[in-house]
Amino acid sequence: MNVIECGGLGKRYHRAWALRDCTVAIPGGRVVALVGPNGAGKTTLLHLAVGLLAPTAGRISVLGREQPGSPAALDGIGFVAQDAPLYKNLPVADMLHVTRNLNRRWDQQHAQARLAELGIPLAKKVGKLSGGQQAQLALTVALARHPQLLVLDEPLAMLDPLARHDFMAGVMAAVAEEGITVVLSSHALAELERVADYLIVLARGRVQVAGEVEDLLATHRTFTGPASQALDDSERLRVVHARGGQAQAHLLVRTDRPGQPPPGGWESHPVSLEELVLAYLREPEAAALPGPRPLRDATAMTS
Amino acid sequence: MKIDKEGRSEGAAGPGAGAGRSPIEFRLDPASGVPTYLQLVHQVEHALRLGYLQPGDQLPRIRDAVAGLAINPNTVLKAYRELEHKGLAAGRPGQGTFVEATLDQVALPQLATLRRSLLGWLATAQSAGLDEDGIVALMTSALRDFRERRGSPAAGRGAPSQTGEVA
Repeated sequence: MNVIECGGLGKRYHRAWALRDCTVAIPGGRVVALVGPNGAGKTTLLHLAVGLLAPTAGRISVLGREQPGSPAALDGIGFVAQDAPLYKNLPVADMLHVTRNLNRRWDQQHAQARLAELGIPLAKKVGKLSGGQQAQLALTVALARHPQLLVLDEPLAMLDPLARHDFMAGVMAAVAEEGITVVLSSHALAELERVADYLIVLARGRVQVAGEVEDLLATHRTFTGPASQALDDSERLRVVHARGGQAQAHLLVRTDRPGQPPPGGWESHPVSLEELVLAYLREPEAAALPGPRPLRDATAMTS
Repeated sequence: MKIDKEGRSEGAAGPGAGAGRSPIEFRLDPASGVPTYLQLVHQVEHALRLGYLQPGDQLPRIRDAVAGLAINPNTVLKAYRELEHKGLAAGRPGQGTFVEATLDQVALPQLATLRRSLLGWLATAQSAGLDEDGIVALMTSALRDFRERRGSPAAGRGAPSQTGEVA
């Protein structure tokens, strides 16, 4: 089942398109990283998926065939918006009470157990909690609804390194225990590398890269070699991004046959997710999108 | 501190919690360039060689490994599948993954001999003017030649690289 599926999806604010011609299918059971420069359309895409915005063009469905914002979609999706909005003047216990009354599905025991595990006191005012604790509280509220899909918009932006680690650990534990699908937007590439198994890069309102992280890493290499040869050889290679000095050049290339040796004079290195994302962000015109692929292959990849 | 946190998370894990603790805990080296799942595989093998793990011991439960490292559960699953494939571990339904076999520890004296001759070689290399990086570069390139000559599967999967990629 695809947790988010959109075709030709677009959102326009006044004259400017925040998201344009977005066609992507996000498979379930993944931890999906949504990356891209500020203003690329990440938050717009997430808000369309959770039903906070209506599309200007195209279509979007969630959790199989549900319409964003429909009762089934609302029940099945947990959303933590940027800067984790909470009732800052309420004690934690009252915050839980309020959200409990606002939601059809609510597991009070789950929420209380999680807060106890994290050592977050129920009597304390939300505004008096640390940034990390507030983020954990927002996550707790989202998880207490036992969603199939957890959508997190820039959850790490305001957190210190320890709080980031603990937050992601909490999300990953929920994935391990409940098998939920996670879609998160973030700039923290190093953290994403550890958690994401599906990557979507948005640039200028369009989908630039989409695919399984494993596939993407297997089909991209960095070739290092003499700069004098770079121009000639780059015509035969699918170069995403080239850089280097007068003598030595580095080419991040996309290849269908990663096992094949590089052209003479070049050394081939594996790429990290961070290198791959940076290369694409530097070249907004380059794209790596999944083509048609036999079903059997697709299942083999996930097994 | 760590034990505190672990204890608490075990307690909150509900049924099945405290079913068994693993004698080891994973760590990650993000700078190594080695894929995460492979780092976990290597750590189990290392622990087997050094005797930290014995047949019958439980490997860290997925939930614990995931919560400790903030990594994707599929990464741990992949590592455990690899260990099962190697015959070193086996999954028990509803319980977790357990050590099945032990790795060769008898080779220790031989290992010591090899280590001694390598140390001797390193001293020669140093007196010839090679610094540490030079030695690593030479080793990597020699290993590559060795692999290619042997035609091992490690050479077939991807072009060998300097970053210690293991196929």
